[in-house]
Amino acid sequence: MLPLPSFALYAPTTLDDALALLRDHGPDTTLIAGGTDLLPNMKHGLLAPRHLVSLAQIPALRGVWVEGDVLRLGAMTNLETVAAHEVVLTRAAALAEAALSVGGPHHRRMGTLGGNLCLDTRCRYFNQTYFWREALGFCLKKDGTKCHVVEGGQRCVAAASNDTAAALLALEATIELVGPDGARSLPIRDFYTADGIANTTRAPQEIVVAVRVPLRPARASVYEKLRRRAAIDFPMISLAARLDAEEGRVNALEIAVSALAARPRMIRAASQAQGKSLAEVPRAAIAEAAFKECAPLPNIEGDPAWRKKLVRVLADRALRRLGLGPA
Amino acid sequence: MTGLVGKPGRRGDLVRRVRGEVCFTDDLRLPRMLFAKILRSPHPHARIVGLDATKALALPGVVAVLTGKDLPVRFGIIPWTPDEHSLVVEKARFVGDGVAAIAALDERTAARACELVEVTWEVLPPVLDLDTARDQPAIGLGASGKDNVSKVVDLAFGDVDAALRGSALVVEGDYHFEGTAHAPIETHCALARYDSDGLLTVWSTTQVPHYLHRELSRVLQLSPARIRVIQPPVGGAFGGKSEPFGHEMVVAKLAMVTGRPVKILLTREEEFYVHRGRHPMRMHFAVGAQRDGKLTAVDAKTDIDGGAYSSFGLVTTYYSGQLLTLPSFAPNYRFSSTRYFTTKPPCGPKRGHGSVQPRFAFEITLDKIAVELGLDPIEIRRTNAVPGNSTLNGMRITSNGYLECLARVEAASQWKERRSKLGFGRGLGVASSAYISGTNYPIYPNEMPQSAVQLKVDRSGVVTVFNGASEIGQGTDTLLATIVADELGLDLGCVRVVSADSDLCPVDLGAYSSRGTFMNGNACLMAVREVKHKLVTAVAEKLAVPPADVFVTRGFLAARGLENQAIPVDEAIRLAEARFGTLGATGWYKSPPGLGGSYRGGTIGASPAYSFTAHVAEVKVDVETGFVEVVKVWCAHDCGKAICPSLVEGQIEGSVYMGVAEALLEEHLVDHRGLHAGPNFLDYRIPTSLDVGDVEALIVESIDPEGPLGAKEAGEGPLHSSIPAVANAIFDAVGIRLDRLPFSPARVLAALEAKRSV
Ligand SMILES: Cc1cc2nc3c(=O)[nH]c(=O)nc-3n(C[C@H](O)[C@H](O)[C@H](O)COP(=O)(O)OP(=O)(O)OC[C@H]3O[C@@H](n4cnc5c(N)ncnc54)[C@H](O)[C@@H]3O)c2cc1C
Ligand code: SF4
Repeated sequence: MLPLPSFALYAPTTLDDALALLRDHGPDTTLIAGGTDLLPNMKHGLLAPRHLVSLAQIPALRGVWVEGDVLRLGAMTNLETVAAHEVVLTRAAALAEAALSVGGPHHRRMGTLGGNLCLDTRCRYFNQTYFWREALGFCLKKDGTKCHVVEGGQRCVAAASNDTAAALLALEATIELVGPDGARSLPIRDFYTADGIANTTRAPQEIVVAVRVPLRPARASVYEKLRRRAAIDFPMISLAARLDAEEGRVNALEIAVSALAARPRMIRAASQAQGKSLAEVPRAAIAEAAFKECAPLPNIEGDPAWRKKLVRVLADRALRRLGLGPA
Repeated sequence: MTGLVGKPGRRGDLVRRVRGEVCFTDDLRLPRMLFAKILRSPHPHARIVGLDATKALALPGVVAVLTGKDLPVRFGIIPWTPDEHSLVVEKARFVGDGVAAIAALDERTAARACELVEVTWEVLPPVLDLDTARDQPAIGLGASGKDNVSKVVDLAFGDVDAALRGSALVVEGDYHFEGTAHAPIETHCALARYDSDGLLTVWSTTQVPHYLHRELSRVLQLSPARIRVIQPPVGGAFGGKSEPFGHEMVVAKLAMVTGRPVKILLTREEEFYVHRGRHPMRMHFAVGAQRDGKLTAVDAKTDIDGGAYSSFGLVTTYYSGQLLTLPSFAPNYRFSSTRYFTTKPPCGPKRGHGSVQPRFAFEITLDKIAVELGLDPIEIRRTNAVPGNSTLNGMRITSNGYLECLARVEAASQWKERRSKLGFGRGLGVASSAYISGTNYPIYPNEMPQSAVQLKVDRSGVVTVFNGASEIGQGTDTLLATIVADELGLDLGCVRVVSADSDLCPVDLGAYSSRGTFMNGNACLMAVREVKHKLVTAVAEKLAVPPADVFVTRGFLAARGLENQAIPVDEAIRLAEARFGTLGATGWYKSPPGLGGSYRGGTIGASPAYSFTAHVAEVKVDVETGFVEVVKVWCAHDCGKAICPSLVEGQIEGSVYMGVAEALLEEHLVDHRGLHAGPNFLDYRIPTSLDVGDVEALIVESIDPEGPLGAKEAGEGPLHSSIPAVANAIFDAVGIRLDRLPFSPARVLAALEAKRSV
C-alpha cells in the first residue's frame, strides 16, 4: 500500500476550539472534513501536514436549514444528504444533481459540501504518486519549476474539479467563513481565483462554516457533467445553468462552466436570453458562444478539442432541460 | 450421475468471500514478519552506473537491502527466453523496473528507505513505439543486442497470393490495439519464510504455483525439495499472475538473508508496472472473397509491442496467427508476426492470450466483406464455417457447436427482424470466435501428467480432493467438488478441496490457457471413478448382488430391485475401507500425443478441444457526444458440457464485461517520456456497475468426446468476439468503421464528423 504520512489528529467540538488549534499549531496544520480528497493527496506526497484538525465533531457545521428565503447548508453536511434534501431537490436542483454526481456512494457519504468547495485543483501531472512525479521531474504546483500542461507556462492551470462549484455559482451562493479575525461572508464568485496552486481566497486559518443559497420563486436550475463513466469520475466538463422566469419571459439566465482551468467561469453569452420569451431564447447561439468562450486544456484526461465541443452539447442540453429555445 | 452436474448453484466459497472470511495472501501475518518495498527505475532505459544503499541501511528499522547482484540468475516463464532479473543487474528497461529491495520493520520505513538509496544512472535512448523498435535496431533490446526483436513467426498454408488474385473482392485494412491491463482488485502480494530446518515457504498471489516453484529453485539455487509454494485464494488474476515475478524472488531471498518472514504487497501503481497485460498490436489484414461470400485467403501482418521482457512472448507471437483458423475461415492463410521489445512495462497473457487482437481485425474485415457483397454477416459466417475435423493449420476438432452458437444469438437478438432496422444511432453487430481448452504440451517439455489430483476418502463420509490447480475465482474448486459429489452421491458440503500447495497437492501446471476444467476435470474423474468402483464392489458384496446392479443415487448406493436396502454413502465408504483398506486414489490427465501440425510451431495452439463462441451486440450511439452505449450483448458459447452452469454463465458474463470494457474504455498508455499515462484506477478506467449493459449468456453443449463429462472451456473464449461485435454494431448504427481501440467518444465523434464531411 501507499503509506500515509504520520500526523497528529485533533477533533474539537466547537468552532472556537478548532480556530484555536489552527492558531496554536501554525502553518503545518490542515483541516480535514471527510478526508476523501485530503488523504489520497497525502498518500501521493502532495502535502504532509503534521497536524490535522478534524471538523467532524462540531455539530454547528452539520445540517440543512431553511431560513426565510435562504437555504443554509452546513459545511460538514455530507453530499449524500445534500443530494437527497427535499428543498435542495425542489428549489436548488442544480446543487442536488451536482452533489449526486460526485464520485460513488462512499464518497458522497464521507465527502462533505465544505470539502467539495475547497477541493484541491486537479491535474494529470499532479494527482500521481511521488515516484511518478519524480520520474516526470515534478511541476510548478508542487516540488518543481515547470508546467507540463502549458509549455513554458509560469502559472499553474490545474482544473477546478469540484462538481458543486459550478452549481453554486449559477445559484448565486454565498460562502460563510470564520477565521482568526472573525466571521465574513462572500459571494461564491469571489471565492475562486485563477491560481491553480491555491484557487480560493480562503486564508489558511479560515474555516468554511456554511453555504447560503437564495431561494427565489420561479427559479429553475440544472447541472450537466461530462465524464467517461457513470460514477467515480471527476468532471471533464462541469456545467450548471439557472433560469429566473416570470410569465413566460426570462428574467435572468446564468451558465457556469468548470473543469477548465483553476477558476470556474460564467458564460457571458447567457445574457442574450434576457427578456426573451422562453421559446425565443437563442439556445443554439448561446451554446455556440459557450463553446467559443471555453478553452479546455490538456490538464485533465480527455481530448481538449472533444471536451470543447462538449461544452456546446452540454449547454444545449441544459437550456433544453430548462425549457428554453425551440422545442 | 446423481443430479448435481448441470444444475445451477453457487460456487463453494461464495458466502465466505462475500462476508470477508476468505484469507488472501495479504491477510497472512507471521511472527517477526518484515515488510519489503522495491525501489523502481524512474527511466525507461538506463544503465546503473553507481548504487549506494548506505543511507538506506542506516535508517532505523531497516533490516536488509538487496540489489541485482544478490540475485544474478535470470528467469522467465518460457524456458528458452529467461531474460528477467529479480532486480536490475545492469540496465533498467522500463519506468518501474525493480532496482533494489528493502526489508524493514514496517512498510512506511521500507518506503522511506527506498528514497534514500542513491542510484547514478546513465540514461539510454528509449524505445516507446513499434516504429522506433523496428527502425532503430542499434538500441539493441533483443537477445543478440543487435536489434529490438523478440520473436518472428512466418507461416503460410496454401497459395495466398494466387487466391487473392483470383478473388472477386479483397478487403484490406489496418487495425490498432494499444494494450490493456488485467486490473485485478487484489494486487500482487507475496510472503516468504525460511525456517531453521532450511525450508523456504512462499505464499503468493500466483496462478502458476508450479512454475513459481521451479523458478524459485533456479534463481535461489535451492533444491526444489527445500521449497514449498502455497497459493492462497486469489482476488482476480486474468493472466496477470501467470508467471514468476521478481518480487517473489526478492521476498524469498530477503527471508533467507534476514531469517525472518518477509512480505511484499504491490501498490496499484506497481501493478501497472509489473503488468503482463494484453499486447499492443498493429495489424494489417487482407482478406479475399468470392461473390457468394466464400473466403479465398487471409493475409495478415502483425507487429506486436512486447514491452521490456519476453514473458510468454514466444507463445503470444504464435497465438497471434495460429488461433485464427476457426470457426469461419479461408482455405489459404499466411501470417507474419513480429514481436518487438520496447522500454515499456512488459506485456504478457491476458484472458484470450494473443488472439483477441487479431480476432478484432479479422471479424471486422469479415463484416466489411459481408456489407460490400450485400450478404447477411451471420450468413457469411455460416458459409465459411470450417468443415470437418481439422483446420488448415492442422488443429484437430473433436466437437463443434459453432452453428448452434450462431443460431442461438441470431434467434435471441431477433437479428433478422432488427438488424439495420433500429434507426440511425442504434444497431446490431455479430462476431464469432474459437478458443483452446488447454495446450497440448507443458511449457517445459516433459512426459509427465499436466494435471493431477489425489483423493482422500475419510470414514466420516468426507472426501478431500488434493489438487494442484489454481483457483483464481474461476471456480475450479467448485467444479472438482461437483464432479466428486456427483459421482459418489455425496452432498457438496462433504467434499473439501485443497488446492495449489506444493507440499500437499500433486503438480498441476496452473490456471492458464483455459485448461482447468478440461484437464483437472479429467484427472478428477479418473480418481473418483476408482473410488466409486471400490464403493460399488463393497456394496455389491454386502447386498450379495453383482456389481453391475449397484448404482449411486443422492446420498445412497443401492441395488436394482433392492432399493429398500439402500446403503448411505458414508456407510458404503466404511464398508469399502474394511474391504480394501484405507481409501484413496490418484487421477491425472495427459493430452493425447501428436496434436497439431507437423511443421515448426505446429504444436503451438494445438489443444485437445476447442470451444466456440458467437456474440451479437446491440449499441446506441449518441451522435452529439460520441458516447457508445452497449445496451445488450447476447453471447452463445459452446463449452462442451456445463458441469456447473452458474459458473459458465459467470465466465460468459465476466468475459463480455471485460471485452466491452476493452472496446469502449480501457487503454494502457505509456507517454512519449516512457511514463505510464496514469497508473491508477482514476486514469485507467474500468467500468463500474453502472457502465455495463445486459448480458444474456446462452450455453451451447456439444459434448466433447474427450472432455470430462463432455466439457471444454468457458473462461476465455467468450471474451474474443465481444469486441468486434461492438465495432460491427457501431457500423450498423451510424455507418462508421472504427479500426482503432478503444472506441472512445472523442474518436467516435471524430469519425462521425469525418463521415459527414465526405
Ligand atoms: C475516487 C474519487 C472520486 C471522486 N470523484 C469526485 C467527483 O466526481 N466530483 C467531485 O467534486 N469530487 C470527487 N472526489 C473528491 C471528493 O471525494 C469530494 O470532492 C468531497 O466532497 C471532498 O470532501 P471531503 O469532506 O472528503 O474533503 P476533505 O478531503 O476532508 O477536504 C478537502 C480539502 O478541503 C479542505 N476543507 C474541508 N472542509 C473544509 C472547511 N469546512 N473549511 C475549510 N477547508 C476545508 C481540506 O483542508 C482539504 O484541503 C472524488 C474523490 C475520490 C477519491
Ligand atoms: S497545470 Fe502545470 S503546474 Fe499545474 S499541476 Fe498541472 S503540470 Fe503542474
